Amino acid sequence: MSKNSPNYISTTNACKLCTPLGATLAFKGIEGAVPYLHGSQGCATYMRRYIISHFNEPIDIASSSLSEKHAVYGGGANLKLGLMNVTLKYRPQLIGIATTCLTETIGDDVKMFLKEYEKEVEGEKPIMVEVGTPSYNGTHMEGFHNAVASVIDTLAGTDGEGEESGGINILPGFVSPADIRYLKEIAEDYSVRATILPDISDTMDGQAAKKYEKIQPGGTPLSAIATMGNAMASIEFGHTMSDESGGAILAKKFGVENMRISQPIGIRASDQFFGHLTKITGMPVPEKHQAERGRLVDAYVDGHKYIYGKKAIVYGEEDLVVGLTAFLAEIGVMPVLCASGGKSKKLAEKIAEATEGLLPEQPQVHEGMDFYDISELAESLEPDLLVGNSKGYHLAQKLSIPLIRAGFPIHDRMGGQRILHLGYRGAQQLFDLVVNTCIAKKQSDSPIGYSYM
Amino acid sequence: MELLKERADQVHRTGEQPFTLTCNKDSLAGAVSQRACVFCGSRVVLYPIADALHLVHGPIGCAVYTWDIRGALSSGSELHRLSFSTDLQEIDVIFGGEKKLTNALFELIERHNPKAAFVYSTCIVGIIGDDLDAVCRKVEKETNIPVIPVKSEGFKGNKRAGYTAACDAMTRLVGTGDTAGISPYSINILGDFNLAGEIWLIREYFERIGVEVVANITGDGRVADIQRSHGAALNVIQCSGSTMDLAKVMEDEYGVPSIRVSYFGVEDMAQALYDVAEHFNNPEMLAKTQALVKEELQELLPKLEFYKKALTGKKAAIYVGGSFKAFSLVKAFRLLGMDVVMVGSQTGTEQEYKELAEITDPGTIIADDTNPLELASFLEEKHVDIFVGGVKERPIAYKLGVGFCDHNHERKEILAGFVGMLNFAEEVYSSVMSPVWNFTYQKEES
Repeated sequence: MSKNSPNYISTTNACKLCTPLGATLAFKGIEGAVPYLHGSQGCATYMRRYIISHFNEPIDIASSSLSEKHAVYGGGANLKLGLMNVTLKYRPQLIGIATTCLTETIGDDVKMFLKEYEKEVEGEKPIMVEVGTPSYNGTHMEGFHNAVASVIDTLAGTDGEGEESGGINILPGFVSPADIRYLKEIAEDYSVRATILPDISDTMDGQAAKKYEKIQPGGTPLSAIATMGNAMASIEFGHTMSDESGGAILAKKFGVENMRISQPIGIRASDQFFGHLTKITGMPVPEKHQAERGRLVDAYVDGHKYIYGKKAIVYGEEDLVVGLTAFLAEIGVMPVLCASGGKSKKLAEKIAEATEGLLPEQPQVHEGMDFYDISELAESLEPDLLVGNSKGYHLAQKLSIPLIRAGFPIHDRMGGQRILHLGYRGAQQLFDLVVNTCIAKKQSDSPIGYSYM
Repeated sequence: MELLKERADQVHRTGEQPFTLTCNKDSLAGAVSQRACVFCGSRVVLYPIADALHLVHGPIGCAVYTWDIRGALSSGSELHRLSFSTDLQEIDVIFGGEKKLTNALFELIERHNPKAAFVYSTCIVGIIGDDLDAVCRKVEKETNIPVIPVKSEGFKGNKRAGYTAACDAMTRLVGTGDTAGISPYSINILGDFNLAGEIWLIREYFERIGVEVVANITGDGRVADIQRSHGAALNVIQCSGSTMDLAKVMEDEYGVPSIRVSYFGVEDMAQALYDVAEHFNNPEMLAKTQALVKEELQELLPKLEFYKKALTGKKAAIYVGGSFKAFSLVKAFRLLGMDVVMVGSQTGTEQEYKELAEITDPGTIIADDTNPLELASFLEEKHVDIFVGGVKERPIAYKLGVGFCDHNHERKEILAGFVGMLNFAEEVYSSVMSPVWNFTYQKEES
């Protein structure tokens, strides 16, 4: 439902990030990889700062550090110098190169530069994966998914003849380190070998260590990516990415069935995820997870009255918005506005599918939104809750309503990287958070001092 | 750790002869510099002008990463805290972004009624050839507010070039306002950005010694104040050069002299006030300054003793954007009895590094435009107890089990002035003395 869509020329307080940022995060989820931006120095530094403020982890993003003369004569020489320096200092297994608006606009041919580099530079070289990410095209999510697709396109099928078949691929998209750790646990409980790409569970939520790690340990092993073409099936989260996704490439090149589902947030979407795992492996849902589901349903019942009919505005990346909206709909919260800076043209349709039978009325759904638009619509919607990343805080403050923090970035709280969204367990945590936030609001708004719920 | 060969002469150890340190050069590709770009330099300097519209002309990244990025507080308008962008799309890159820029300016000026508009160029604007000057002239004519292009294409140098572009933009405002009624004992404060409200504190000090502040440039800044700032008798400049170019223009065109100061640390703060009083050569003002400094120190020094006792002998490392801060921090650590073992900056000059080498102990590492791996190796080599820097330096310290003091843009505690010294000591103390280091693996080993 796309009624009253605001149509301003300028963007104020964007509800999206630029394309290369997503690519750098995807590359961070690969073992031994260093993300590299072919552009001027500022892009890498700005993105590092933005990402560090969420994850509280070092994230080294190399740059071609282009200056004026390179903008005129091309950035090839600096790209090669940069790759050499990164190789020398970091000894990476892989360098993930994303372009920027500068190098796309001046017409640098990175593929050609890399071919020249291969010929010109002697000695052992890391694997180079390249992705075009002009920031005037799409959002950070296009950058993320295109980087994943590029990694798969470059590496899958480079190893073995199916000797390690039998596993599954999970392409979770941009989820939290806690989400990835949980997906790994689920795969273990199914006793199935899962290649999760990318895997930022350790690289972006690292442990304390004795020595400074040049490249944080963890990430999807290159050897596992090489065998992704031999998997029994791929499960890919999200509906709003392009048709050239990682899962689609594996299906096309190697005939691996690609099961695309919504981000499994809430019971229905999680049932679908577990259902697919059961179908692929032939194993029933492990008892532990059945029990978690049971406790979740029990909690839904215990808490339903505190939240029924509360109106929520949900914003952020499109697939996250679909997932969160589905979850809110099934617990009785009424999403009144679902907004994203992305423009897949699929958001309204996917929200309608994900909330089928749960809502008396579909929420307003708008793509290409910024926080100015959201704020303007919010005035007449009178929401009780905001659900999304920390950039909605100003609006929450203005409206004197609580913000349920989810997704990326969380710049005003500890532990954004440890927020669990997915599966029965993630829904349990989100549910407790939503209910307790509503209870706390009622408690603190009242002079009585309620000491029972 | 071995340095990349191109960077070998950008790191110096105090005592090595002769002193050589190469600086103010383009960051090395692949070295993972902590620097940002020209746009960043312009954006941080102009950002605190709170009643101006700051429109970033380019794709969304540059605007969104600088949304509400600084704790530059305002006593009124908060327009500067919004992030405005033309959010250029592929079609704009192909056919040019001038029309979109023009319409965006009209839309935003009508919506927000700003006192002026700054329009920032980003990397691709220079490439696609949008005529920013023409667009700004046109909109200025129709809206009757100053509409000023900021030539801040990211690749056209480093942060310093951005400072110059910002100063060029502000030069357009200076000299256009009425200077009637300005005291002969008047100054502009240049190069303080009112992080955590620091400029309010500094203004209060100046008011206590009888000095009128005409314009804050730029912390809690206002367009009208900058327009009449040429009527001030003196420019008092902090920060490594971010507003130097503006001061030079004001000296050349309006005869406003300038002095350089720092408000960080007790000695530098006191010196700043004395320098201003001495400039005006007014005995009453000097007496008031002496009284102020005495009063503040009587309050502060006994409180500092506690921290000094706990922190004496601890080792500190410093990595900051501009090196003026580094000087003050070296002195501030000394006052706490601590040893500075490493100091560096993103954009220091050779002269500044030379002076740093002179005031630091033998063996101190001095580094220009360094990077995470070098920083990590310096911290390990020198067994540092506390590292001072910004957001990008923090995880390096923490992963090495080293305490950290945030001297960044979004800090919420005043670190300038006399009270700032106490806050600084408290923050250093609260990080160094935290029991959490008992559990990190470095301590376990030693």
